[in-house]
Amino acid sequence: MGFKRFIATRLITMFGVLMITVLLTIALVGSNMDTILVRGVSFQVREEITENRALVQGFKDIEEFDAFVQSKINQRVKELGLDEPWYSPQRLGLTLYKILILDFGHATFLTSDSGSSHVKDIIFEKLPRTILLFTTATIIISIIGIFLGAYSGNKIRSKVDRLTSSFAVVSSSFPVWWVGMLMIFVFAFAYQIFPARATPTIPITDPGYFGALLYHMILPIMTIVIIGFGAWAYLVRNFMVGIMQEDFIMAKRAIGIEEKKIVYTHALKNAAPPILTVLALSLSGSLGGAIITEAVFDWPGMGRLYFEAISVMDLPVIIGSTYILTVFFLASIFLADILYGYFDPRVKTGS
Amino acid sequence: MSSFTSNEILAEFMKNKIGLVGVGILIGLFTISIITAITIPAETFREWNNPTIWISYPKTSQPSWVNYFLIEKIPEHKILDSPAIGTQTSGEISVISQRFVANYQYDSFPSDFSHEYTAKYSGTPLFEMSVTRPDRLQLQLISSSLPLSQEYNVYHERIFSTDGSIRKNLQQYQDNFEFLIEDMSAEDIIFSRTDVNEVLKGDYVFTVNLYGVDSENKIEESSFIIGGKAFGLMGTDELRRDLAIGLLLGTPLALFIGISVAVGSVVMGLVYGVYAGFKGKYTDETMMRLNDVVYALPALPFLIILVATVSNSIFLMVGFLMIFGWVGIAKVSRSMALQIKTRQYVEASKLMGQKDRKIIFKHVIPQLLPYAFASIAISVPAAITTEAGLSFLGLGDPSFPTWGQLLHDANIFGAAARGLWWWVVPPGIMIAITGLAFVFIGNALDTIANPRLKR
Repeated sequence: MGFKRFIATRLITMFGVLMITVLLTIALVGSNMDTILVRGVSFQVREEITENRALVQGFKDIEEFDAFVQSKINQRVKELGLDEPWYSPQRLGLTLYKILILDFGHATFLTSDSGSSHVKDIIFEKLPRTILLFTTATIIISIIGIFLGAYSGNKIRSKVDRLTSSFAVVSSSFPVWWVGMLMIFVFAFAYQIFPARATPTIPITDPGYFGALLYHMILPIMTIVIIGFGAWAYLVRNFMVGIMQEDFIMAKRAIGIEEKKIVYTHALKNAAPPILTVLALSLSGSLGGAIITEAVFDWPGMGRLYFEAISVMDLPVIIGSTYILTVFFLASIFLADILYGYFDPRVKTGS
Repeated sequence: MSSFTSNEILAEFMKNKIGLVGVGILIGLFTISIITAITIPAETFREWNNPTIWISYPKTSQPSWVNYFLIEKIPEHKILDSPAIGTQTSGEISVISQRFVANYQYDSFPSDFSHEYTAKYSGTPLFEMSVTRPDRLQLQLISSSLPLSQEYNVYHERIFSTDGSIRKNLQQYQDNFEFLIEDMSAEDIIFSRTDVNEVLKGDYVFTVNLYGVDSENKIEESSFIIGGKAFGLMGTDELRRDLAIGLLLGTPLALFIGISVAVGSVVMGLVYGVYAGFKGKYTDETMMRLNDVVYALPALPFLIILVATVSNSIFLMVGFLMIFGWVGIAKVSRSMALQIKTRQYVEASKLMGQKDRKIIFKHVIPQLLPYAFASIAISVPAAITTEAGLSFLGLGDPSFPTWGQLLHDANIFGAAARGLWWWVVPPGIMIAITGLAFVFIGNALDTIANPRLKR
């Protein structure tokens, strides 16, 4: 099995998973969605007819008017295919096709900051902010983690090593969002350095908006980094411990190459493949965690959007953001797989 | 990987200090759970979200032990509900008197006071309330008759310090004070020194008298509350709930959620993985593809949708958490089963015509038990934090007050930004301690199961 074939099978599996995810989401929220859509349609129809004065005055009494409205509603429902249940193959196919071409329809309640109610607009407004926050945090975490890990991996049982290992264990037991609350307590209440809410108060059109966003981003980033870097350092340390025992390192030592150079160039280079793989995986993991973290800091990104959509049951938004979250999740798993397969030839041969 | 006897595992475990610390914490948590089950009545548990139960408690008050660290003592919230009762009968008139003694040693005035009682009487008895201060000054607070009733009557009342007649009665003592008391609240006058408006420390005796002609008159369920800013072991929240009780109730819940999710998903994963690995070929291929699909599902968004649409019952939530918990374990136990499958005794029993099911449960799974126990311990923290996270988003089961829900309420009322640390810190620490206990135990078991990890 060649590398191309490996990628192809992976891609097909990913696509399958994506479709299953969307189907599951529709199955879970589908029946609710229909009720809400039908209600929306009847409201719309009634409004359209009432606005048409000439038409309204043509009716003799209320009953005739109601019958007319009802027939119009039924007609519209049929046009939209809402008379069939959500699981009828025709509608399911249509829905899946629409989602694939990123047509998520209109949101029921939520709007984007610029006022659009297109789910696509809302999502593409929030998505960059989530990516900004979590990519920055992940980059900082991995830089600290790699250097701390390499350092302590080279000096096993030193003070730094022990501290790193115990910090890794302890920090991973704290929920990120709880540490976020503590950070708010310390930096927004006790020492009023950063704002408690991470949503900038100035309007989005203001030229200073981006700067304000960066300032509001500091507290969430600090939280994610504090919780994340310990585990990273521990991981890198364990890779390094393995590599430092390899023969080629011994050989380099015997030649008399500086210890620092051995650790930070030769050994770290060899630890790179698994580290890159884990980096890709942790990006996907952090996207899932974004929902709660963003809720704590009120960061105006995908996570908060998702949470808001759930709390008001705005189904088009739920389906849309589940889809986008899954796409990102799968893309990073895929990336991790490919990196792993590329660096470790045993994987792609299937053994 | 080698085989173990349970005695060997125990002996190895006893050598591992961190593992023992974990066991120690766990025993502590179980003790707390048992104490909770015995001491806290089931009624409190059910009424956690019912505001009327908590009415006599103070709002967002700090734990009372903070006073040990403060120079200026904050007033403690006092609920006096066992008064000294005396009854006197002189001729036709009977007097019931109740005395509430409060030792007030704080540096600021109480926020308010109130008296709640149930009187049983006939006619129109006279109700009197007065206070004797540490400086022997006696202040008459209330003197009024209860509503007329010919029949034997039950009357319930709650008198607050803001009551108009208390204010009016206090004005007659202006001569005793060297400053103007006209616009001051009742508690600021009663608890004040006479020369300057500062707290007078010492014993205050609040006396309640009921004068009547009927000797059947009674005062029942009488309690006097001096409102303060410090209460109990862990303080209270915005809804006046005692946080100590909330934290106690959360302990058995967290243990239940964590352990049942971990055991459930490890058992599922173990059986699934071992079966796939043992059967091999197409069965293995199909089962592992399904495993890949579940592995690639984004867990948290799905959990949120499931809880929001299906049900937020705590038992179903345990089930949902299991759905996403077994995947990794299935992968590892499959690869372990692949190794064990090739051992001679397994092949021998296959040749002898043993049934697959029997081989799996008699020969393969017992070999994986150390790994299984380690995985159970390691999966517990994730289950607890995930449930706490869902509860934190407000998706938890409202009839079970978990630590995550305490934090959800704290977040809703902006506790962190308002500096209400006693509401934010303890639940998180409890979550972390519980998680750590299991991580410690898991790591200790893991070093036994995989001796290679020892460094």
